[in-house]
Amino acid sequence: MADNLETTVAFWYLAIAAVGAGALMLVARNPVHSAISLVIVIFHVAGLFVILGAGFLAVAQIAIYAGAIVVLFLFTLMMLDMRRLPEERVTHRQIWLGIPLGILLAIEGVVVSVGTPEISASIKGAFPPATVSELGGSTQALAVALFNEFTLPFLGASVLLTAATIGAIVLARRVESHEQADFPQAAKASPPDEAPAEPVLEESAR
Amino acid sequence: MDFWAWLILITKVLAVFVLFALGAIPLVLLERWVLGRMQSRYGPHRVGWRGSLQSAADGLKLGIKEDMIPGKSDKGVYWFAPVMMVMPAMAAWAIVPFGPEVEMGRTIGLWVADLNVGILFFLAMGSLGVYGVVMSGWSSNSKYAHLGALRSSAQVISYELVMGLAVLAVIIYAGSLSLIDIVNAQAGLWFIVPQLIGFLLFVFAAVAETNRAPFDLPEAESELVAGFHVEYSGMRWAFFFMAEYANMLLMAALVATLFLGGWRGWTIPGLEALSGVIWFLLKVSLFMFGFFLLRATQPRFRYDQLMNFCWKILIPIGVVNLLIAAGLRMAWS
Repeated sequence: MADNLETTVAFWYLAIAAVGAGALMLVARNPVHSAISLVIVIFHVAGLFVILGAGFLAVAQIAIYAGAIVVLFLFTLMMLDMRRLPEERVTHRQIWLGIPLGILLAIEGVVVSVGTPEISASIKGAFPPATVSELGGSTQALAVALFNEFTLPFLGASVLLTAATIGAIVLARRVESHEQADFPQAAKASPPDEAPAEPVLEESAR
Repeated sequence: MDFWAWLILITKVLAVFVLFALGAIPLVLLERWVLGRMQSRYGPHRVGWRGSLQSAADGLKLGIKEDMIPGKSDKGVYWFAPVMMVMPAMAAWAIVPFGPEVEMGRTIGLWVADLNVGILFFLAMGSLGVYGVVMSGWSSNSKYAHLGALRSSAQVISYELVMGLAVLAVIIYAGSLSLIDIVNAQAGLWFIVPQLIGFLLFVFAAVAETNRAPFDLPEAESELVAGFHVEYSGMRWAFFFMAEYANMLLMAALVATLFLGGWRGWTIPGLEALSGVIWFLLKVSLFMFGFFLLRATQPRFRYDQLMNFCWKILIPIGVVNLLIAAGLRMAWS
């Protein structure tokens, strides 16, 4: 990868900036600052994709992660009242799952980066530059891999996402009926045989 | 790359930058003249010949105005928001082809970069434009700015889908993501003919994405004062203005490139070398004039109308249009 000076300089800048912004995302006290740091991480990782010649992945990363997902994070954060969020640091129970997973990921990273040529060649679906240019570019290479070799996982992911979308719609509708139950007038107006909504709001008050 | 290639590249980048930085000045003037004509009044007519220096004077005034920062704002984000507004608008210009390749000692393409994912790059940069709005609205610590930013982010995210669907139909016809290839694919027939629905969808989405009337809900003067940039002043405010006009120009250029054959047109006798650029500029001007006319004649949507129009009308039409385009393409090939 590090063929010439420009690529090396660009790689080290992007790598250091991505890791730095990632650390900033974790330590920032303000959730909006965290979200903005996440956007910076996404940008620099997209830059790394460009160095690797995967232009389609880089652009898709910016359009989808930065352009849609983090915007929705920010959109939600703007709805919250920051001053009412708890100030003290909370240690979550997920930390006991997070630490082993983090160590596992670190080992994986070391193994891949130390034993590079053999291992990355053995990873299924790896495209050497010659094959990519033969197919006509990174977009075509990705399409060939996605719709021939990995058709089944691709369809599986599509079904999973559709299910998640339907789940989101169902959940959103349920919260709507709870909101109605919060207003006494609205609750009185609704038919009495409907079961009273279970209180989910207490969870968010914690 | 040798020295000349670098020099050509830097010249192109500077040319696009100057177009971006100074483009707003004549456009604001033209818009005010058109609005004045449409509303039976003069428009600017004091500064210079018939008011032709009005927006230059306004720009100067903004430049020397005090840069106010609200006391309880989030200073870093507040400072950075105009940059996030301007940056994507400027970056997206890199892929716009202004004309065909010309011979000037060597073959030069009249574009900054021919990316093989060009149109996706445009969509990615377009989706980043919302960050400037969200960051400015949140960091100002003002209710009006906050409401404007919330409205704008919901609107831009929704209409991005419409734009994406319209662009996908064009990609299916052209068979390439590169804007140069898309223009070349329109040599026989402009895409507005087979993709009239896609063209209309794209125009609706373009007006909504640039937050222009009749979709200018984020800055509804009557209810939100000026929306997300209400707390900004001086040059920082001018950045928002420049970004808006640069985005309008960009959308006009993209409509011309995707649906109206880009630089294609009859060769103008006497100006053979420049005829491509002239055609392109003519098409862009047509759409800029359309933007002005829309603002002069159309009342603003109500917010729920805006969202219903997008999700219940435009997106279903877009999906069906995409399916038909894909089916026709399969049938032809």
